[in-house]
Amino acid sequence: MLLIHTLSEEREKQYLLEVKGLKKYFPLTRGFWRRTVGQVKAVDGVSFSIKEGETLGLVGESGCGKTTLGRCILRLIEPTAGEVWFTDREGKRVEITKMSPEELKGIRREMRMIFQDPFSSLNPRLTVMEIVGEPMQIHGMAQGKELEDRVRTLLEMVGLKAQHMRRYPYEFSGGQRQRICIARALASNPRFIIADEPVSALDVSVQAQILNLLEDLKEQLHLTYLFISHDLSVVYHVSDRVAVMYLGKLVELGDTESVYFTPKHPYTEALLSAIPRVSHKEKMHRILLKGDVPSPLRAPSGCAFHPRCRYAEAVCAQEEPVLQRVGADHYVACHFALELALRGVEADVCG
Amino acid sequence: MIKKNVAELERGKSYLQLVWRKFKKNRLGLLGGIIIVILGILALFAPFFAPHDYYRLDADKAYRPPQRIRFIDANGKFHWRPFVYDMVMDVDPETFSRIYREDARKPLYIRFFVRSWEYKILGIRSNLHLFGVDEGSIHLLGTDRLGRDLLGRILHGGRVSLTIAFLGAGITVVLGSVMGALSGYYGGFVDMLVQRAVEVLQSFPQLPLWMALTAALPRTWSSLQVFISMVIIFSLLNWPMLAREIRGKVLSLREQDFVVAVKEMGGSNARIVFRHILPNCLSHIIVVLTISIPELILMESVLSFLGLGIQPPMVSWGVLLQGAQRIEVIGLYPWVISPCVFIILAVLGFNFLGDGLRDAADPYSVRRA
Amino acid sequence: MGGYVLRRILMSIPVLFVISVIVFVVIQLPPGDYMTTIQIQLQSLGGLTEAEAARVADELRKAYGLDKPLYVQYFVWIKNILTRGDFGFSFQYRKPVSEVIWERLGWTILIASLCHLVSTLVGIIIGIFSATRQYSVGDYVATFFAFVGLSTPSFFLALVAMYIMASRGIQPGGLFSQRYLLAPWSWAKFVDLLKHIWIPIAIVGFAGTARNMRVMRGNLLDILHQPYVLTARSKGLPERTVVFKHAVVNALHPIIMYQGMVLPFMISGEIVASTVLNIPTAGPMFYSALVSQDMYLAGSFLLLVAVLLVVGNLLADILLAWVDPRVRYD
Repeated sequence: MLLIHTLSEEREKQYLLEVKGLKKYFPLTRGFWRRTVGQVKAVDGVSFSIKEGETLGLVGESGCGKTTLGRCILRLIEPTAGEVWFTDREGKRVEITKMSPEELKGIRREMRMIFQDPFSSLNPRLTVMEIVGEPMQIHGMAQGKELEDRVRTLLEMVGLKAQHMRRYPYEFSGGQRQRICIARALASNPRFIIADEPVSALDVSVQAQILNLLEDLKEQLHLTYLFISHDLSVVYHVSDRVAVMYLGKLVELGDTESVYFTPKHPYTEALLSAIPRVSHKEKMHRILLKGDVPSPLRAPSGCAFHPRCRYAEAVCAQEEPVLQRVGADHYVACHFALELALRGVEADVCG
Repeated sequence: MIKKNVAELERGKSYLQLVWRKFKKNRLGLLGGIIIVILGILALFAPFFAPHDYYRLDADKAYRPPQRIRFIDANGKFHWRPFVYDMVMDVDPETFSRIYREDARKPLYIRFFVRSWEYKILGIRSNLHLFGVDEGSIHLLGTDRLGRDLLGRILHGGRVSLTIAFLGAGITVVLGSVMGALSGYYGGFVDMLVQRAVEVLQSFPQLPLWMALTAALPRTWSSLQVFISMVIIFSLLNWPMLAREIRGKVLSLREQDFVVAVKEMGGSNARIVFRHILPNCLSHIIVVLTISIPELILMESVLSFLGLGIQPPMVSWGVLLQGAQRIEVIGLYPWVISPCVFIILAVLGFNFLGDGLRDAADPYSVRRA
Repeated sequence: MGGYVLRRILMSIPVLFVISVIVFVVIQLPPGDYMTTIQIQLQSLGGLTEAEAARVADELRKAYGLDKPLYVQYFVWIKNILTRGDFGFSFQYRKPVSEVIWERLGWTILIASLCHLVSTLVGIIIGIFSATRQYSVGDYVATFFAFVGLSTPSFFLALVAMYIMASRGIQPGGLFSQRYLLAPWSWAKFVDLLKHIWIPIAIVGFAGTARNMRVMRGNLLDILHQPYVLTARSKGLPERTVVFKHAVVNALHPIIMYQGMVLPFMISGEIVASTVLNIPTAGPMFYSALVSQDMYLAGSFLLLVAVLLVVGNLLADILLAWVDPRVRYD
């Protein structure tokens, strides 16, 4: 008992996942010779880490590079530069970006992903049994009767009826399909799951069920999540810490309460102001951002957010701010992080 | 009470079951399917349906016209058992050409399941035939230049014509799927090569190239060698259409999350291509298959008709029509073009079937419909 | 646009090169050559001994450069085509290929193009008719004929045409009657041509019409159920305007797109029909060249038709890119 206790304390201190300076540039070609005329900096030097058992929420507008970041971590897209360190089951730290395909296959058991669209992420030609059983087949974990029993357990675990395992995806609703996706992700006994907008394709009424399921599974199976979403109220519910992304870079990172209640970056402030509110206790003070998200192809100079920032000054257009520490566990990339008094949300707003 | 787990499993309808459910409603498609099945059975069991040995030459019976099946005899009397009249040959005293006429004094009653000449089907020896006559001979579609029974030869020729089409289309599908999948999935250099190959092959007008290639087959080769070569030529020239379609489909499927998901769970490229991508291209494969088979039937018949394809003694529908190239022959003995009826029937059947399958092949789409 | 056109043109050059190589290889495939045919003739008809005949054949080979390695023969052939328009020598006709091939190829292309034109026009019109009167008697009749058209081999139609002509005492074959064959062009000769040329056009055009009709009918039916057509109807536009201004124009796209595939189809049909009917176009010429291994003639025909198709596809692509800008960024 004691041994287990100390061991888990050891783990507690260790990071399960560490991302260092991750970059993904997509080349842009034009013309007859297909020469490279520019680069889309989808992910541009992102660093963060996640502790075992923690949920890190990653928020940002669509097109800011969240999904690319998630896929780069799992090397579903090859990153241009940077390191991804993962602590495997034996407690050994391994570098994902330097792995050979064989090593990568081993680690894919432990790091899984849940996709955004439950309609396109299930092969319509396979039964639920085949879909959920596939990771176990790939990794040689179970066969035949054993596989079937395991699929049955998994389906019941995610709240589906086991007798539906011979059905095809088209016979299920969106929420049920997402449960199938979750069962598939759990099939290989993972320790880390990247949930890429797992509820944004679902009806609001179903969203809460899936979020609760994810919470319960995390408790039960000691999972760690990277939870990607554009929906700030969803992220507030599930995350221990939050990272805010803008144009391929992290602009703010910290524990959920400090980021939501005392944001230090003007972009975070604007995002938070846009959360729909039910109570009329306070007047709406929604910050309307000027203009559109700039193209990642031609990111603005200096601070990428400056053309839309209402606090911007001359220095913002020239120098790029670095992520600096502003609180116990709170980092911000803004020249005026300590001077601005920004508005967060009230504790009750997010419910 | 203990519940039985296995018994209560609810089974969903698989893709092919859904296709079948939708296809069943298409009457023309069903008709096409029935035509194909009947022709297939006739060809497969050709000797069973042929009353006379179609390899036996009989100069006395050259170019005999078809006999009519009758129930009412020359005296107006009705018979329960169908019969034909025997044919007698006369020589026209002026032109010295043969004239056949029915001999109303000699009705030949048609007997069913009779035993006569011996044959072998799928390695089994038999002498059972669907029908026949006790004495004399019955030629429902007449005879050819050498007095061979045309009906038997057409049924027998159907074996070769249909086999070439099925084999050719089958290999086409395999080649086209693999090439298209490789090209679309791996991209880059492989894609470039396959794409250029497709472009080159599609730049040739089909028939002339086919003619040139089949004309290049050595005259000394046996019919079987020519047959195999024709299947190979057909499939080598026919795959680009499917490859192009599959490539496009793969390009779009490759970005679908369910394919990314297989990569994410550590699945190999082979698993992605063969278990996830190609099964989702099945509708395209079905469509191309139903287009290719009738095309190959037509192509074989044209080439063999021109004497460039299947060589006698092997018989195909096209070979049978070689005898009908000269206008005098058609004018005097019009029944020699009856193999054409079977070609048209077969192609029509496949076109009906293909049309029905094309509609049914997409019972649901991958995305939300 | 300029960049796109340039890229398309440059990309077709390697394709043309590979095509020419394939043609040459295919033509060389059969064992022996035309000189072998001559050798056999000399032996059987000329009464020469085997050794003598072989010597004559070898001398002829030397004279025509057939003794050189294949790649040399290929380059000589291509060089002469590109520099002097010289396609080699037809052993069968004992004339340069270029003197034999152009007129016959011209007739083939003329007939194929006319078939193409007729079948496109007729096919589209019947297709519109069928789609706008779906499940009517007319639709069923048109559909029935379309299926028959798609399923009938062109040589069968040619045989039937020949049979009908023969039974009416018309001499089958040829593009002109005997008395106009060598006559200079005149109105009467032109009329005589029309009397002959419609037969191959009808034979080959039948299947093409059937295809176009099916495609047009299918597309128009799809489009007539599109929301924007419904919108046009709900605005109160007359049905005629809805069909022709909103639906037909869009249903034509697939037909335009597959134009590139139609010409080879027509040429194939023309070859068969004129070989059966013995019309002096490239069809029978190509057939007999293949049978007697007149390699330069057969090869030149294959090459010319393939080049024609490559150029045709190139033009079609450029046209499509001009009409539809999205294609340029493919």
